[in-house]
Amino acid sequence: MSQPDFSHDGIRTARGTAFRYLFMLCALLSILTTVAIVATLLIDAVDFFATVSPIEFLTGTRWSPTNDPVAFGVLPLISGTLIITLGSALVALPIGLLTAIYLSEYASERRRAYLKPALEVLAGVPTVVYGYFALVYVTPALDTILPLSTFNALSASIMVGIMIIPMVSSISEDAMSAVPDSLRQASYGLGATKFTVSTSVVVPAALSGIISSFILALSRAIGETMIVAIAAGQTPRMVDLTDPAGMFLDSIQPMTSAMVQIGTGDIVGQGAAYKSLFAVGLTLFVITFVMNLVSELVASRYREVYR
Amino acid sequence: MAADTQEASVDSGFGQISRTKDVAFRLLALAATLIGIVSLAALLLNVAVDAVGWLDWSFLTNPPHPNPNNAGFLPAIVGSIAIMIMIALVTFPLGVGAAIYLEEYASDGYLTRFIQLNIANLAGVPSVVYGLLGLGLFVGLFNIGYGSVLAAAFTVALLILPIVIISAQEAIRSVPDSQRQASYGMGATKWQTIRNVVLPRAMPGIMTGTILALGRAIGETAPLIMIAAPTTVFGVPNSLLSKVSAMPLQIYNWASYPQTEFQYGVVAAGVVTLLVILLTINSVAIIIRNRYQQRT
Repeated sequence: MSQPDFSHDGIRTARGTAFRYLFMLCALLSILTTVAIVATLLIDAVDFFATVSPIEFLTGTRWSPTNDPVAFGVLPLISGTLIITLGSALVALPIGLLTAIYLSEYASERRRAYLKPALEVLAGVPTVVYGYFALVYVTPALDTILPLSTFNALSASIMVGIMIIPMVSSISEDAMSAVPDSLRQASYGLGATKFTVSTSVVVPAALSGIISSFILALSRAIGETMIVAIAAGQTPRMVDLTDPAGMFLDSIQPMTSAMVQIGTGDIVGQGAAYKSLFAVGLTLFVITFVMNLVSELVASRYREVYR
Repeated sequence: MAADTQEASVDSGFGQISRTKDVAFRLLALAATLIGIVSLAALLLNVAVDAVGWLDWSFLTNPPHPNPNNAGFLPAIVGSIAIMIMIALVTFPLGVGAAIYLEEYASDGYLTRFIQLNIANLAGVPSVVYGLLGLGLFVGLFNIGYGSVLAAAFTVALLILPIVIISAQEAIRSVPDSQRQASYGMGATKWQTIRNVVLPRAMPGIMTGTILALGRAIGETAPLIMIAAPTTVFGVPNSLLSKVSAMPLQIYNWASYPQTEFQYGVVAAGVVTLLVILLTINSVAIIIRNRYQQRT
């Protein structure tokens, strides 16, 4: 090649390098976002913990950010979140797992082609719409057979459960599809029925993927905001484990709902109630972040086994 | 098959039980698959019936009003669309840029894996936490105003960015390597290959993913509440810094009204409007995907 061509190449390389760094910047923005989330939460949470001790926050059993006497114990909110998580898990985990088994082992290719998108719709409906459904349709319908409060944990957790079914089913199904066919054939060769193959071969072989989907779905339930803000009520209270009915039939307040209540309130200025928003947010972030990380680690195990 | 039935007749007890169990399990699994879909269909039917008589032209063109008969949805619709356009302008270049870096440039090293894990984790952060990020960063630090169009758009843009990146990566990954090699073989540089070969082939997939993510963005409520967007505004936003409401926020606000005219009328009309707009957005995405699939 002649000399001018080399200089031309130089310009092209320079432009290529510029774009490379520009794109790299876009990718690094995601790390910046994580840093920004942690920083925003920490700065105001640290401010909050200067007035309310972390021990009081983490062990206090009364939450009353605006009404005197003010109290900032996060345990009632965590117990509210636990009730919703438990309720939605009872709905979504068995249904999601059975759905995954059906789609992966039983459904014909044609049936799967329209069932899967239909299931995805469940996750695509805005959560504010689910919250409204829970409040005006599900609660009145259940009220005819159960002594329900207007705001209650039951209809909220049913709705959260329905919303997270596709998360359980699609990730579990991926894991089940990754199970090598030779395992199924070996089992059929021994005379096993489809039921035995599904429950004794496919499910155990895909277990890490299934567990990963469970954790991810529960983390989504913990972070779910609008459904509980609309339908579960605003009564922060501790779980009474001896009274499972009262747990679900009455009004509660999960962490996310408490955040919305403070966010919609007229808390202008930088009072402790405003700062508590970030302390609760930090608690929520840490819980869901750890769960997502664990789910990712569990999932990467099954990828190594079958790929 | 014949041997199978013979054996079953010899040891009929065993075959019978396992076959009954098999059929029962199959039906149970089918029922589980359908229960969510059927419940949602029933709820949608309910809300559609309730919206009849409320969802009319004046509902779509009036501002909100305490009297249910005069209540309208216009500021919320315009607000949602304004926020969505801004989100698209922000997330599309950033998301595609990040995806190009991760798929075309980045080596498979420690940093790349860290970025990838981080993106996956960001996709799982609760939306209400992104709201706090927006409150601290855009409203607090950058001071672009409580509940302004820009603050709302930036906050939700960060929320859907991981989804846009992941789907754009999948679209770019699906471009066959042979096409890249052919381009290099013709003497094209990396950037020329990306611009003239990879991006045009991946564009329908990228568009589909971005539009689906925008569909998710339009339903987001909690982040907007956190950045103190007003749940009700009476005027259409006229600048990027003016206060804005959005469809889901207005629905949340109306759902707390105790009157049945609101609970089973106005809100139902709002929900149906939101779902129809969402359905339109998703249909556009699916049409793009299908046209692309037919071409290849």
